[in-house]
Amino acid sequence: MTEKVKYEPIKKVSIVISRGSLDGVYPGLIMANGALMEGMDATLFFTFFGLDAIRKKTMNSLKVATVGNPGMHIPTWVGAVPGMSAFATSKMKQEIEKLDIPPVGEFLEMIHDAGGEMLACKATVEMFHLKREDFCSQVDAIVSVGQMYEASAGAQIIFT
Amino acid sequence: MATLEVNGKSIPVDGEGYLLSLSDWDEKVAKFIAKNEGIDELTDRHWAVIKFMQKVFKEKGSGPSIRRLGKESGVPIKELYKLFPKGPAKKAAKIAGIKKPVGCI
Repeated sequence: MTEKVKYEPIKKVSIVISRGSLDGVYPGLIMANGALMEGMDATLFFTFFGLDAIRKKTMNSLKVATVGNPGMHIPTWVGAVPGMSAFATSKMKQEIEKLDIPPVGEFLEMIHDAGGEMLACKATVEMFHLKREDFCSQVDAIVSVGQMYEASAGAQIIFT
Repeated sequence: MATLEVNGKSIPVDGEGYLLSLSDWDEKVAKFIAKNEGIDELTDRHWAVIKFMQKVFKEKGSGPSIRRLGKESGVPIKELYKLFPKGPAKKAAKIAGIKKPVGCI
């Protein structure tokens, strides 16, 4: 890097988690936790299937998608073999644990304890007929898109 | 090479102020770095974290992850962020005289 320009450091991130697969959820959580460790503020906004990451019923049983996931580098029919997703999921969970990355529930707790804000998307909560009680206690509020933008004032918004 | 001047001693540090060798560390150095980082007083809780970080560093050659720190140091995550505001793993590592943490967690 020969770059001489000095940029302002990022002070705050607002991360949108829109997918509910294991590989769809972890990047956002890792980035949020990383931001907090760097001394930044972080807000997480869970929308669409991303809500699965904060639903008590689903948060600790997220799966890796083996069909329609070109990153797996296996033919579609192989990905569809019964048990394939469970196999890939348990493999990935092992690797995640090796890196000392916590399971989703514990990770949310860590991020929230570190001061990270957690918001659920109102439109999707209504679409899926969910209630406040369906979510883990770390969820601070169920908010509209407008409120998400308000909470993101001054932040870099990252969509995952 | 960058150095830190503490009580007439010149201590070699990297470009960001992390000690190059833990053998240069003592409590005076810790207090000096803490002041520079905006922590005026190191309490027993700070020391518990500092000692834990050094213990892990001596065992593994790198500091603990924030997860391990929260689980095993006896100081929970919430308190860690209060004791060492704006980035506890990095700040505590600097004060403890160990290398800057490089892990993502």
